[in-house]
Amino acid sequence: MQLSGAQILIRELAGHGVTTVFGYPGGAVLDIYDRLQEEGCPLRHVLTAHEQGAAHAADGYARASGGVGVVIATSGPGATNLVTGIATAYLDSVPLIAITGNVAAQLLGRDSFQEVDIIGVTQPIVKHSFLVKDVCHLAKTLCEAFAIATTGRRGPVLVDLPKSVQTAVCDYQPPDDAPPAKRQAPDIDVSAAVAAIRQSRRPFLYCGGGVLAAGAEAEAMALSRRLSAPIGLSMMGLTSVPHSFPLNLGMCGMHGRYAATRAQSEADLIIAAGVRFSERATGNTSEYTGGRTVLHIDIDTAEIGKNIRPQIGLCGDVKDILAALLPAVPEMCNREWVERALAGKQADEAQARPGFTPRAIIRAVAEALGPDALVATDVGQHQMWTMQHYPFERQRSLLTSGGLGTMGFGLGAAIGGCIQRGGRRTVLFTSDGSFGMNLTELATAVSQRLPIAVVLLNNGSLGMVRQWQTLFYGGRYSQTTLHRQTDFPALARAFGAEGARARTLSELHAALAELPEDGPCVIDCPIDMDEQVLPMIPPGGSIKNIMMK
Amino acid sequence: MDGKFAVGLITANHFGVLNRVAGLYSKRGYNIDSLAVGETDNPAYSRMTIVSTGDDYMREQVVRQLKKLHDVKSVMLLEEGAAVGVEHLLIKLRAQGQGKALLSALINAFGGKTMDFGEDFVTADVTGSPQRIDAFIAEGKRFGILEVCRSGLIAMATGGRAALAAPTDSEENEEKGA
Repeated sequence: MQLSGAQILIRELAGHGVTTVFGYPGGAVLDIYDRLQEEGCPLRHVLTAHEQGAAHAADGYARASGGVGVVIATSGPGATNLVTGIATAYLDSVPLIAITGNVAAQLLGRDSFQEVDIIGVTQPIVKHSFLVKDVCHLAKTLCEAFAIATTGRRGPVLVDLPKSVQTAVCDYQPPDDAPPAKRQAPDIDVSAAVAAIRQSRRPFLYCGGGVLAAGAEAEAMALSRRLSAPIGLSMMGLTSVPHSFPLNLGMCGMHGRYAATRAQSEADLIIAAGVRFSERATGNTSEYTGGRTVLHIDIDTAEIGKNIRPQIGLCGDVKDILAALLPAVPEMCNREWVERALAGKQADEAQARPGFTPRAIIRAVAEALGPDALVATDVGQHQMWTMQHYPFERQRSLLTSGGLGTMGFGLGAAIGGCIQRGGRRTVLFTSDGSFGMNLTELATAVSQRLPIAVVLLNNGSLGMVRQWQTLFYGGRYSQTTLHRQTDFPALARAFGAEGARARTLSELHAALAELPEDGPCVIDCPIDMDEQVLPMIPPGGSIKNIMMK
Repeated sequence: MDGKFAVGLITANHFGVLNRVAGLYSKRGYNIDSLAVGETDNPAYSRMTIVSTGDDYMREQVVRQLKKLHDVKSVMLLEEGAAVGVEHLLIKLRAQGQGKALLSALINAFGGKTMDFGEDFVTADVTGSPQRIDAFIAEGKRFGILEVCRSGLIAMATGGRAALAAPTDSEENEEKGA
């Protein structure tokens, strides 16, 4: 069958189960877009306002589904606008396929119009990338791209398609796509791990994004129950265990819950599953590891020993390893340990203050929208408050930029996630700083008629940076007070969205009760500029340095 | 403790591979002391020997991170005592009259060859361990060095086993079929 490169691309995307792509047209992808508008095209294309928004949307789509997200951009500036989105996906191990157009193959390297070496630009932030120079290799290359993005530790793959490859025609044979390697029980010796667990009096289970990636939520909870091990979560692992799971103490780390941080610091064994021990999660590494055994389980061998040197490292699929451990360990219960760990929650609860506080706002939203809502965040204080106070019950119900900490991630991600969930109620927690970065995507949420509630915690400053300036820079607020006069509800209306302002909890309740079902609504919630994210462990510190107020 | 270490790797033989490999070093702020690359007996693959300086942590990270690259087929640390290594030197030296005879003797003493010569210069080819190459260059300074070109270390594990070989065509097909 004679097909053009553009046709092959669409066939292969559909063949790999893709139904929705996000993107933005341009000169070097005209052939692809010409095929996308054809009747019977199996792909829905979602046009965003900016390529960065498209990349975050594809990322949000992937995070919400556990599958692949696809973004298409033209050459040059279209491609470079993807960079932050690709890096965000890379740091959080999200399987993203980025398709970029490029100038015709014979024009490569001549500084042609809108030409950029996007393979070179993105090289350190992709799992792999391909420049396809011959249309005959396109189908096979795309199969490889999907396989790389979705196997092992997941990550973004970029496929650069010169315009000449999109137009060139070849005899297309669907590649005999080898079925994905069947998952086998790991050939891993768990005996050292079992011995360490048997010896432990105070085991602690630390779950990360790898638990979600492997679909190991049930195994993690079963292990926690079997060992009576309290669970702490990394930010990427936050939805792997429901908030209501009795032994779930919440997020660990710099802005983690006191209960989780204390229990982790008092444990004699940390079973770390699918985490990479980011410095924001561990603080001082010698304090972190001192006096306890660390058992590190991860699919990426390079992570074992990279940031923390564990006594025991098990490399493989987290689900397989936890499943292998489960029948090999005894039922254990150190009542004193569990009770002390759970008692730590009181310190967290004691932090509640009356009034229109971030905590009260987030809890009110959670209550109004229920456990099925999808939650996205931007980056900063509002993000940490969401991590601390939103009671996540469903796996993959949180879309947040962890490793890269990308301000401006949230709206695009909310759009992608909302579409992936078939237009389910979605809430974006953001702030005046983060929202200001990519708010043009409101146009996309309007055109796609997406029920996204944008809850904007408006403190008139770049709050997280301000917090650090307060604590560590003598209150010198260099360039963090915004002095802006943006009227967010009016701005929302200008985009064709709805807008409201809530200064009290009852105003917030009223606004939440009237959220439109077929479009976005921005709820501007003014909060105090000096609200801080607490607890906080200063960088490089430990539980000894924790600031509670 | 910091020390030089050599890594051998088999990679796919196409554009961009060298960038990805070198990027793993530069991302961590580590210099590559030498890098030698060439096609293997199977033209689909290249073999590289990379010498760098770092501590045990860096050695381990480099090897593990290299293993993750899609284009890298196999990686091994080529440790002293368990590997043989040589480097190739082309060196152009000033030499006239009496000096030529002395230089000729030096080249012979190092088992080298004269590759080119003229009225006032000699270009020599010397092969040996990096230390031996260093020694030759030090001696050469007495004559006056015009140009130096070192290949970088190439190294191979000792013993009779194929420790780091490119897949053969049949192995490749097997891999694809699996």
